[in-house]
Amino acid sequence: MLKKRLIPVLLLREGQVVQSIQFKHTNVIHANVPIAVEHFNKWAPDELIVIDASPSREKRKLFHSVISALSRECFVPLTVGGFIDGTDEVRQLLRSGADKVVINTQGFRNHDLIRQTSSIFGSQCVVAGIDVRLSADDRYEVVIDHGKENTGVDPVTWAQELQQLNAGEIYLTSIDRDGSKQGYDLKLLKMISEAVSLPLIAFGGVGNWDHLSEAFMHTNVDAVAAANIFHYVDYSAKKAKDAMKKKGIDVR
Amino acid sequence: MIVIIDYGMGNLTSVHNALQSIAVQSCISNRAQDIASASALILPGVGAFGDGMKQLHQLNLIEILKEQVLTMKKPLLGICLGMQLITDGSEEFGNTTGLQWIEGNVKKLSPLSSEYKIPHIGWNDTKILTDSKLLRNLSEKPVFYFVHSYAVTLTPSSAAVETSICDHGCRITASLEQDNIFATQFHPEKSQREGIQLLKNFAAIAREYDA
Repeated sequence: MLKKRLIPVLLLREGQVVQSIQFKHTNVIHANVPIAVEHFNKWAPDELIVIDASPSREKRKLFHSVISALSRECFVPLTVGGFIDGTDEVRQLLRSGADKVVINTQGFRNHDLIRQTSSIFGSQCVVAGIDVRLSADDRYEVVIDHGKENTGVDPVTWAQELQQLNAGEIYLTSIDRDGSKQGYDLKLLKMISEAVSLPLIAFGGVGNWDHLSEAFMHTNVDAVAAANIFHYVDYSAKKAKDAMKKKGIDVR
Repeated sequence: MIVIIDYGMGNLTSVHNALQSIAVQSCISNRAQDIASASALILPGVGAFGDGMKQLHQLNLIEILKEQVLTMKKPLLGICLGMQLITDGSEEFGNTTGLQWIEGNVKKLSPLSSEYKIPHIGWNDTKILTDSKLLRNLSEKPVFYFVHSYAVTLTPSSAAVETSICDHGCRITASLEQDNIFATQFHPEKSQREGIQLLKNFAAIAREYDA
């Protein structure tokens, strides 16, 4: 049986690992990225996602070399994202050691990017990132460019379009829940998981291990991802898995 | 020296890193002289079948690989797309002919219900069917990382043997072998302990050939 997946997320800002609350990036957690990865690696996370959340493309520091260094220690799938805007960049990241890429803003602005990346590298390589926020009139809305631009687009519509464009998976983030420790937005997860048949990775809001199990118990998501919690707790990936196994979730 | 064939299709570095972690020497190359002097070959792959074949043609790799694998009987490990390319062909994005070393075809996964999503992504149990040099010293139902939408189906008359299977609402050939050709649909280089053990096994097969 296919297992449910646990995925720690590293958010990088100018080459350092940072904490994130509603997409405002605050404390630096680890100045040295490979050491951060060592924390996770020992306790069998199922995958690792590394997102470059630097303030601008120009402010990225050595992202490719960070990925290279990481991939030397990482024997689980490594998904990498942030500012990806062309298939050449995808090729370079794969060569640096990434296995999959997250494409978000640039895929929204240019649908061909998703289609082409999928066609050249295979859909399984393409993780489409969707960031969602509740608008003033209480509707869910897709937001791009690190939370800066409201698109007015319904995330269900966009998710269905991404499926047509041959994305392989969806990485769904609730901006409102990000850093809140209130748990995932289960209503949002359910809505998207019912609208598309692509594998769905949940992100945003985890404050304790029960939040991870809740996502599997109440929705059809395939993977749970979290950032902040994994940095502040020792042996965290193992503890997370033990807690999920206790609730009967089939994890590795 | 194991040569990881560089035909421009992703995740070569992962394989190299995994081998390095168990002190097995390898290099990433598409040069004829490296392929000819290798102790074994790995054909990895992330990507679409058509692009994979196109790249192999463009880099003039087909003849040298055929000679080394089919005539010289050099051990070959095909991984994921690599496992698919060695067959007769694939229906992905229109029908494309493969290397035709293994009698079988590549078809889209067709699970019996929509509960099973495509791509088949994640860690799945495999069941080992036969005693295979590649699959020794693994746990009883080893868990490997899969990420694919298409899979190989061997023809009934194929000389290749299905060595392990897994289930995703349909039966999937997880690994196969035929003489010196070994192949896995899953990614051993991304499957931590069990995957690393499999690569150790392949390195041992390479050493036997070289001796």
